[in-house]
Amino acid sequence: MPISAQATADRPAPGAVGGAPVGGRGPVPGGRAWGAWSGRLGWAVAVAVPVAFLTVFFVWPVLEIVGRGFVVDGRLDLSGFGEVFARPRTWRVVGQTLAQAAVGTVGALVLGLPGAYLLHRCRFRGRGALRAFVTVPFVLPTVVVGVAFRSLLVDGGLLGGLGLDGTFAAIVLALVFFNYAVVVRTVGGLWERLDPRAEQAARALGASHWRVLRTVTLPALGPAIASAASLVFLFCATAFGTVLVLGGRRYGTVETEIWIQTTQFLDLRAAAVLSVVQLVVVVGALAVAGRARARTERALPLGGPEAAHPVRLRDPLDAVAVVVTAVTVLGLLAAPLVNLVVRSLRTPDGWGLDNYAALAVPQDTLAVSAWHAAGTSVRTAVDATLLALLVGGLVALVVSRRPRRTSARRAVAGLDALFMLPLGVSAVTVGFGFLVSMDSPLGLPIDLRTSGVLVAVAQAVVAVPLVVRTVLPVLRAVDPRQREVAATLGAAPGRVLRTVDLAVALRALGLALGFAFAASLGEFGATSFLARPQDPTLPVVIFRLLGRPGAENYGAALAASVLLAVLTSVIVAVCERLRRPGIGGAW
Amino acid sequence: MTTPRTTRPLRRIPLGRGAVAVAAGCSLAALTACSAIGGASADDESSAAGTVTLVTHESFGLSEGLLEQFEDETGLSVEIVQQADAGALVNQLVLTKDAPLGDLVYGIDNAFASRALDEGVVVPADVTAPAAADAAAYAVPGDDDGALTAVDLGDVCLNIDTTWFAAQGVPEPTTLDSLLDPAYRDLLVVPDPVTSSPGLAFLLATVGAFGEDGWVDYWAGLRDNGLQVADGWSEAYYTDFTAGGGDGPRPVVLSYASSPPFTVPEGGDEPTTRALLDTCFRQVEYAGVLAGAANPEGAAQLLDFLLSDDVQADIPGSMYMYPVSSSVDLPDEWARWAPLSDAPFEVSSTDITEHREQWLTTWSDTVIG
Repeated sequence: MPISAQATADRPAPGAVGGAPVGGRGPVPGGRAWGAWSGRLGWAVAVAVPVAFLTVFFVWPVLEIVGRGFVVDGRLDLSGFGEVFARPRTWRVVGQTLAQAAVGTVGALVLGLPGAYLLHRCRFRGRGALRAFVTVPFVLPTVVVGVAFRSLLVDGGLLGGLGLDGTFAAIVLALVFFNYAVVVRTVGGLWERLDPRAEQAARALGASHWRVLRTVTLPALGPAIASAASLVFLFCATAFGTVLVLGGRRYGTVETEIWIQTTQFLDLRAAAVLSVVQLVVVVGALAVAGRARARTERALPLGGPEAAHPVRLRDPLDAVAVVVTAVTVLGLLAAPLVNLVVRSLRTPDGWGLDNYAALAVPQDTLAVSAWHAAGTSVRTAVDATLLALLVGGLVALVVSRRPRRTSARRAVAGLDALFMLPLGVSAVTVGFGFLVSMDSPLGLPIDLRTSGVLVAVAQAVVAVPLVVRTVLPVLRAVDPRQREVAATLGAAPGRVLRTVDLAVALRALGLALGFAFAASLGEFGATSFLARPQDPTLPVVIFRLLGRPGAENYGAALAASVLLAVLTSVIVAVCERLRRPGIGGAW
Repeated sequence: MTTPRTTRPLRRIPLGRGAVAVAAGCSLAALTACSAIGGASADDESSAAGTVTLVTHESFGLSEGLLEQFEDETGLSVEIVQQADAGALVNQLVLTKDAPLGDLVYGIDNAFASRALDEGVVVPADVTAPAAADAAAYAVPGDDDGALTAVDLGDVCLNIDTTWFAAQGVPEPTTLDSLLDPAYRDLLVVPDPVTSSPGLAFLLATVGAFGEDGWVDYWAGLRDNGLQVADGWSEAYYTDFTAGGGDGPRPVVLSYASSPPFTVPEGGDEPTTRALLDTCFRQVEYAGVLAGAANPEGAAQLLDFLLSDDVQADIPGSMYMYPVSSSVDLPDEWARWAPLSDAPFEVSSTDITEHREQWLTTWSDTVIG
């Protein structure tokens, strides 16, 4: 192994050792100007495509709607700031937003890290099924989470004795319920690629399990943990339905306030001010996360021998992971879901599958059956996922470079943060922004607002950051010298990309694919504010069923929710299979 | 501490990796064959007489075949665009005034009607259906040209679980005032008026009942008597209400006068719930031709169709509202178990538009704190 020997001694600190110049061209043999040009062109396209996508489908709509709040009769009017900040309620909701997001993030990390370890670093029967299962909460529509959670917590419910209904604790539990999978997947993706030999060596030198965890493993996982934390923080800070359903407006956040000001009062001025406040909070959080990431990011020894080991209960690390994960999965994730399944099996005269039989026929006057809607959901999700993979993949590739020039490095970091924003900006703002900007996008005579295409696009906008955050930690862990070596050995830039970057990225592809699919199936973000074409997706059908009286509708809504959950688990499990061939490969 | 590197020479990166990538790409491409974007364009063929687009809320629905019948008769093809939130519907229409989302809107209720009129999102249309005369009885005051046409109506009322009250031996409450009685402590759940349109309707009922000066005190009384506020109708009815199907803890809920027939148990012939007809607010749902509509003639035809006997007779079964037309019969169950209130509380649409925000703020300060 002639190449590996020289890259062994130490790990380069981020940016300190000369990485590939922006564009990632290794040393280009002289006289091959064409190669350099096509390389540069390639990178320009890699930057331009995602930026154009984000500008048209995110930045422009948001500016359009926020602008309406600040421009009155053609003049800039910023008096809204003074007014909104004079309300004590504003400060309270900002405080509550930060508190909920912070506590939710810490909770998700504390419970999620042992889960990531167990589900990605240990081997046991049913691991694949469990991995798919923990993703389910992530896609459940809020109304369903409301039913699943609250019917346990209300007086007389199974857990009614805890007195949690309508409390801060209930909201935080629901936020953790929702975001657990985010931590497991984001951190697990890197963890399972981490060469176990560093830990083994440390152990052999006499370090305790905990010392190894603290000094070797966790620092190596730093970027992924920071990634996960920033995702969860953004999800929590913009949680909307969860907060309203479980806590009510007493626990209102900036997000719920924007929703009320926009949809109920049409007070665009107040909404615009709050959107700016939200942006400040989000950018602040991203900056903190970015700094934490940069501090810990480095090329990592990935791969090596099969990292996952059979669970050893005598190993204290494994034991803790098993206990924490069992309690979390059974107590927090499974309880509401089982509650949902049990309720879906209840019929007017006892128990049975009546509610599931009802899914095959159009309920009431919904025009389509739940099965048909599930098909629509999957089709839309395919579009959104493809779009998100294309855009997110390009962003991850560009952002994974560590250019030498400070300005270029800043630009790359800025690009990274920019693509996180869709998670941190209010869905109402984006949704209403679409309404006022997409009637003839870019002057084209197509009304995108009422077409199904926009639904997929809106889902993709939210799925892109998930793809980036899943693929990026793995790509960044690639030692830049590996690319240089490949180039030195005569590989053309395209070949370097293919054989080094793409090969590594493919490992994370399954995770990213599953994540994007789940986000799309779960209909996050602006989707709920879009004008819907007639063919509804499954979450919309569930929402409509729950909006009608009658035990049959209620039962069918619950059965449809279970269908959505099963559909998600199956798709996520299949996506994970996609990367199987990578494991045990030559790496 | 050193770490063994695991980098392998380039040539050992197996070709199989590329094959996997290609295979993954291909299977994704195969999936796009059934993608929504790919399929969407197929629906775009417009019929001879053109397309008419109906903008409405999530509760819209008609029995199978009705819209097709309209399309056959007129040669128009109908597209439906639905918004998740009924309350947000008018606001979205206001925002898109310059480039309307469609031709006809259905589902603007009396709480938002005057905002729609003030903002000029709808324009007068000629309605020729016989039911137009019935609809005129519900015209929005001040809307002299008939820009909004009433299509259906319903009463938002408190519902009680009669079985629960019988089993507990507690006399049933009958009026708004009776709910202040300590005997009914912790029994009531209502949806938040800020986040739910029936919730807003009930707030308006109390404004109508107790007046500008009295309603705040009434809510303070409810609050002190253990009122529960849920986020939306679904949460209140299905999770908190004892008889909604979810086995919640509270036997009094805000719902509709039309809800009781849905609680007739299998094999039984009487509902287990009852609407309190002295606690109601009347919701009227309007339709109107959108200003700047691409197909105003088609929109007017569709509006006429909504007032036709066929649709009017279908409304109770499909949208749980009462038809405005006096010439169609209500379903038997409705006639028996879901009568409208004789004297619903009223607040004028103008008053609502003028005070809604202030009322909601006061309500929030009083009840939510």
